[in-house]
Amino acid sequence: MKIIDEFDRRSYRNVWTVSECAGGDIHPVSYELLGKARELAAAGGCEVWTVVLGSGFSEHLDALYAYGADVIVAVDDARMRAFNDELECHVLERLVEKYRPEIVLCAATSRGRALIPRLASRIHTGLTADCTGLAIDPDSGNLLQTRPAFGGNIMATIKCTDYRPQMATVRPKVMPMPSPEPGRTGRLIRESILASDTLNIKEILQTVERREPTVNLSEARIIVAGGRAMKGPDGFRLLEAFAKQLGGAVGASRAAVDNGWIAYPHQIGQTGATVQTDVYIACGISGQIQHLVGMQSCKTIVAIDIDDTTPMMKLADVSVKGDLFEIIPELIKELNKGGSL
Amino acid sequence: MRIVVCVKQVPATTDAKIDPETKRIVREGTKAILNPFDLYAVEEALRIRERCGGEVVALSMGPENAKNVLVEALSMGADRAVLLSGRGFAGSDTWATSYALAKAIERIGGAELIICGKQAVDGDTAQVGPGIAAKLDIMQAANVSSVDDICPDSITVSRMNETGYDVLKLRFPALITVLKDINVPRIPTLRNARKARAAEIAVWSPEDIGAEPDKIGLNASPTRVVKTEPPAVRAGASVRICAAPSEAAKALTEELFRRGLIRADVREESV
Ligand SMILES: Cc1cc2nc3c(=O)[nH]c(=O)nc-3n(C[C@H](O)[C@H](O)[C@H](O)COP(=O)(O)OP(=O)(O)OC[C@H]3O[C@@H](n4cnc5c(N)ncnc54)[C@H](O)[C@@H]3O)c2cc1C
Ligand SMILES: Cc1cc2nc3c(=O)[nH]c(=O)nc-3n(C[C@H](O)[C@H](O)[C@H](O)COP(=O)(O)OP(=O)(O)OC[C@H]3O[C@@H](n4cnc5c(N)ncnc54)[C@H](O)[C@@H]3O)c2cc1C
Repeated sequence: MKIIDEFDRRSYRNVWTVSECAGGDIHPVSYELLGKARELAAAGGCEVWTVVLGSGFSEHLDALYAYGADVIVAVDDARMRAFNDELECHVLERLVEKYRPEIVLCAATSRGRALIPRLASRIHTGLTADCTGLAIDPDSGNLLQTRPAFGGNIMATIKCTDYRPQMATVRPKVMPMPSPEPGRTGRLIRESILASDTLNIKEILQTVERREPTVNLSEARIIVAGGRAMKGPDGFRLLEAFAKQLGGAVGASRAAVDNGWIAYPHQIGQTGATVQTDVYIACGISGQIQHLVGMQSCKTIVAIDIDDTTPMMKLADVSVKGDLFEIIPELIKELNKGGSL
Repeated sequence: MRIVVCVKQVPATTDAKIDPETKRIVREGTKAILNPFDLYAVEEALRIRERCGGEVVALSMGPENAKNVLVEALSMGADRAVLLSGRGFAGSDTWATSYALAKAIERIGGAELIICGKQAVDGDTAQVGPGIAAKLDIMQAANVSSVDDICPDSITVSRMNETGYDVLKLRFPALITVLKDINVPRIPTLRNARKARAAEIAVWSPEDIGAEPDKIGLNASPTRVVKTEPPAVRAGASVRICAAPSEAAKALTEELFRRGLIRADVREESV
């Protein structure tokens, strides 16, 4: 909503987070958001509120306080068991208009990335996607939002000075997990779904949990990725064994995906997933720009290649020159030794 | 049935350069292409038309030369194309982009179905699709991986999420954003490509779509990019390992362990 005057500006208070609830559980990114919100609230001298839309989450309220919520706004309703964009947007729109938060943070999960732009569009305010940095500008009190764009080739700092609330999304694992403060408590406000919230909402016919292990690249801590050098599906079976030893996920370059050696959800890069893991181990991936943009924000990059002049080998924090079919089995053996260090 | 498919012109690589003096993104001299994700949106629109009849309208907002991406959509088989172009639209963030596209869809005469790509590879926000749906106050599904059923008044789709998928039934008018898994985009035939190049593309100004001047362009955009800079440079190969396979493996494991990147328990678990 556009700010009319100084009085109007001051009427927006507190830092909100939207906690994500699925099947009664709270998504861990919700706690990461609370940690950031505490920091911003301390700088702005205000409270941290969190909104939970879902069903059957009451046992987690204590955790939300422990991780930093001063106030919880809870809408606990079976109709919110599965994610319904229109319904959640209607409810959030009412809550934002009623309580007028100054800042709203939401997870950049598949759900958050669908819900929050709809909300921002309806209430006419700004939304910055996938922020990696959030801070209060000491001069103006506005939120400084830093985000990668152009596939990570540019860091943009974005402000929303004339509209409220200031809204931002943050991907899982980007903000550190704060330490909880057991016994910390706060206020609970219960809100409910109104009849008007349920107008013109879609029908959810079915929700399906995948049984086979899912590819959740965005939440992995370690990714082991393979490229054209893997030569075929057998190469990826070797990578899987390696990833399993490390407790990581398997990624791939487009060359490997286009060859049909591994499914598209594993693809990393401009036309695949963007990842920001602690460790990225590129195995036989030369590091063309379309691949780099998907992974260059990872904290530590390891490259294994027979050719040490490739862009990936130059970019890497640790590079290993050699044939991956000889090195990876040795790595698996090495990791298997355990405790030998 | 009318399907509007939204397509964006983007730089061919996201290897963006920043002018060291102005600190602005240099766009001159970079080749522009149709946002790769939007190919799947166009393809899905065509497939639905082939099943149900009707027309496919390709819609884009951008500079005059964004006509090229509309020509590409036409050569794949879209029936007609509309470009929103004009000074008034410049500097739009996702809020103002969504508003302009929604107004244009109304001017087209509305649509049963609007299809967007998953996200644009330059701005990368994935906010425009849900933004349009909100403006038109219609149902939405983002990250659609398949269209399962179409009735005269509704569409049933599968929407992917991190742990599985949901099957959703959306009443028309509705908006979906589609994933790459949804189809394999067709390659235009030579004949269609030639026809498309000759086709008339409507160019609409803010006045043409009845946009309120305070809702388009930079002035209506709540977000402002105040600074752009290259990401912090990586140190580059600080450790290079070149040794026999078993030695190399040992050196790498030790390096990762030393950096605290693999924990002792990861190593012990597997004993
Ligand atoms: C519009 C567009 C979008 C694209 N999007 C993506 C994207 O999202 N993701 C993506 O990854 N690519 C994408 N690409 C493709 C990209 O340009 C490259 O073609 C691709 O990333 C190359 O994959 P690669 O590194 O696996 O293969 P290569 O470039 O062939 O590299 C293979 C590497 O393996 C090494 N090698 C070979 N044998 C061995 C061995 N035995 N041991 C160790 N090393 C070995 C080689 O030295 C080489 O460095 C896109 C391209 C375009 C035009
Ligand atoms: C460095 C940088 C960072 C930015 N960050 C933000 C930000 O955080 N928040 C914000 O609100 N704006 C931001 N913007 C502005 C934003 O990029 C533009 O508004 C852009 O026009 C649309 O956003 P997008 O590229 O993210 O598209 P997305 O929302 O990712 O696009 C999704 C789909 O919408 C459709 N679509 C998008 N744009 C058009 C179009 N012009 N014509 C037709 N169809 C279209 C396509 O189907 C596309 O696949 C940023 C711009 C820059 C340069």
